[in-house]
Amino acid sequence: MNATAVRATAVRPRGIAPVWAGAAVAFLLGSIAIGVAVGPIDLGLEGISSSLGERLRIPGITSSLSRTEESILWEIRMPRVVLAAVVGGMLSLAGATYQGVFRNPLVDPYLLGVAAGAGLGATLAIAYLPDGLGGQQALPAAAFVGGALAVFLTYSVGRSTGRGRDTTTLVLAGVTVASFFTALQTFVQQQNADTLQQVYTWILGSIPSSGWSDVVLVLPYVALATVVILVYRRVVDVLSLGDEEAASLGVDVGRVRLILVVAATVGTAAAVAICGLIGFVGIIVPHAIRMVAGVGYRALLPLSVIVGAGFLVLADVIARTALSPAEIPLGIVTAFFGAPFFALVLRTSRGAA
Amino acid sequence: MSAIRLTAVTVMLGGRRVVDQVDLVVEEGAWVAVIGPNGAGKTTLLRAVARLLPFAGSIELDGRATAAMRRSELSRLIAVVPQDPSTPSWMTVGEYVLLGRTPHLGALAKEGRRDLEAVARALERLDLSGFGDRPLGTLSGGEKQRVVVARALAQEARIILLDEPTAALDIGHQQQALDLLDVLRAESGLTLVAAMHDLTLAAQYAERMVLLDSGRVVADGVPRDVLTEETIARHYGAFIDIVPVDGRVAVIPRRARRLIPNRRVRRDGCDQAWRGER
Repeated sequence: MNATAVRATAVRPRGIAPVWAGAAVAFLLGSIAIGVAVGPIDLGLEGISSSLGERLRIPGITSSLSRTEESILWEIRMPRVVLAAVVGGMLSLAGATYQGVFRNPLVDPYLLGVAAGAGLGATLAIAYLPDGLGGQQALPAAAFVGGALAVFLTYSVGRSTGRGRDTTTLVLAGVTVASFFTALQTFVQQQNADTLQQVYTWILGSIPSSGWSDVVLVLPYVALATVVILVYRRVVDVLSLGDEEAASLGVDVGRVRLILVVAATVGTAAAVAICGLIGFVGIIVPHAIRMVAGVGYRALLPLSVIVGAGFLVLADVIARTALSPAEIPLGIVTAFFGAPFFALVLRTSRGAA
Repeated sequence: MSAIRLTAVTVMLGGRRVVDQVDLVVEEGAWVAVIGPNGAGKTTLLRAVARLLPFAGSIELDGRATAAMRRSELSRLIAVVPQDPSTPSWMTVGEYVLLGRTPHLGALAKEGRRDLEAVARALERLDLSGFGDRPLGTLSGGEKQRVVVARALAQEARIILLDEPTAALDIGHQQQALDLLDVLRAESGLTLVAAMHDLTLAAQYAERMVLLDSGRVVADGVPRDVLTEETIARHYGAFIDIVPVDGRVAVIPRRARRLIPNRRVRRDGCDQAWRGER
């Protein structure tokens, strides 16, 4: 066979089609624009873009916003939009990763008990830590530790019985651990009825408007998790052939799965620690991408980050404006749109992974 | 040097000895059919050779124990064509065959020119050149089988293990698939080990047959010697005629004239089965 023939039949790994990448980025930028523009005080797109221009030091552009408006834009709205984007991207990336690793298109990032564990951690912090310590500093840490601990337990139980190779065992272990942690959490909550309101608010999920500090807190974990998962995204496609075939293709399945699950869990736990339990993002977004673009994990994972970020920014806009000045918990907004969508996915997915 | 050497290989599955103290040496470039009744341990033996399940004893490839190899190193030496491979319907033929390059890439690397050329060559060899962008979901059974073999070729391993490579194919495609493997073996010096049920078909292609029963090697040799009426009756419980054709052999089942209970006590404890009087 000659060289021309080889070139003529050359195949390329299908990356992200430029049209979908462009659409996803446009969706994210549009969502961010809406996110910063919509609010009780009208800043105007012109004002926002001139302020952005000044910050980017584009010559000849000075902000047309007043000092108060500047600070609303950069200290309140922008950090909230960025946090929503970071958390949304993480949750949908973690969802897509879990779906690939467990070869089940219907699992979400809370599969292995991270939500129940974080819930217990947060409830303990709210109920038992003195007020001065509680609140902002200790709650995310407690939630993070609880979430990570739950997943660690799930993995240990799953390993001891299924040698860590059988994903069904792992999923069942996740259900067991989640039930146990939920029982503990409910018990603590019952014993401390005065904390009910606060725990409830946390569980329903929301993006706090507390400036850049939460972004700084969550970003390192999310960035690390995202980089690790995206670096391994080719291997997720190999895993979609099943453990045995992936192994026969030279993948150390147990190790790769552990790395991916740890990364997705650390990122999810960080997001949950700050924002509470925001459901359905990890299912809606990857599935919407699959239905529209029909792609493998190699392209699905990066697209999930971008689209998930945009999606949660939009959901948060609805959460804070629909009943303004009151806020609807973000978890309710995503569930309200997510549950019917999920039903639709169930009807149409027919086992396509 | 021998390509594969098994020494006292035993595999326990669910407390049962599925492969029992098997010693086996396969020379480089050999074409070996592993035959045996259902449950004899053929698939399990192949899986042990590819280190896809835990085993006792030792398995060496090119003189080195597989137990000491890294997973990717092992997969560069040995490729597996499973009986029922998963072929995600959304994946294109090109992407699927490219997965065969995984052991050459390490976990983090991206496919380079060499990998894409290996895929193009494999597609060419299997007459799939125009198929690169076709999703797997649109292929027929025979085409899928070829795509899976192409993936094994792209892996560029010198040993290919095939589990029932022809089970899902009609006779035309069976012949095509085995002819193709034969040509590949002749051209590239591949070592082929295939678990097969169709004895006649296996006898036309394999140079050597290894008959397993209850996890043990009970016969080993050229097809003419392994396929005898007596051996097949004993290990398959089947009554057949062996018909020589041009120095090769064909296996023809003998039809029962009337049914009588068969009192032979089998290992599985089923002591009375209906048998034909012949």
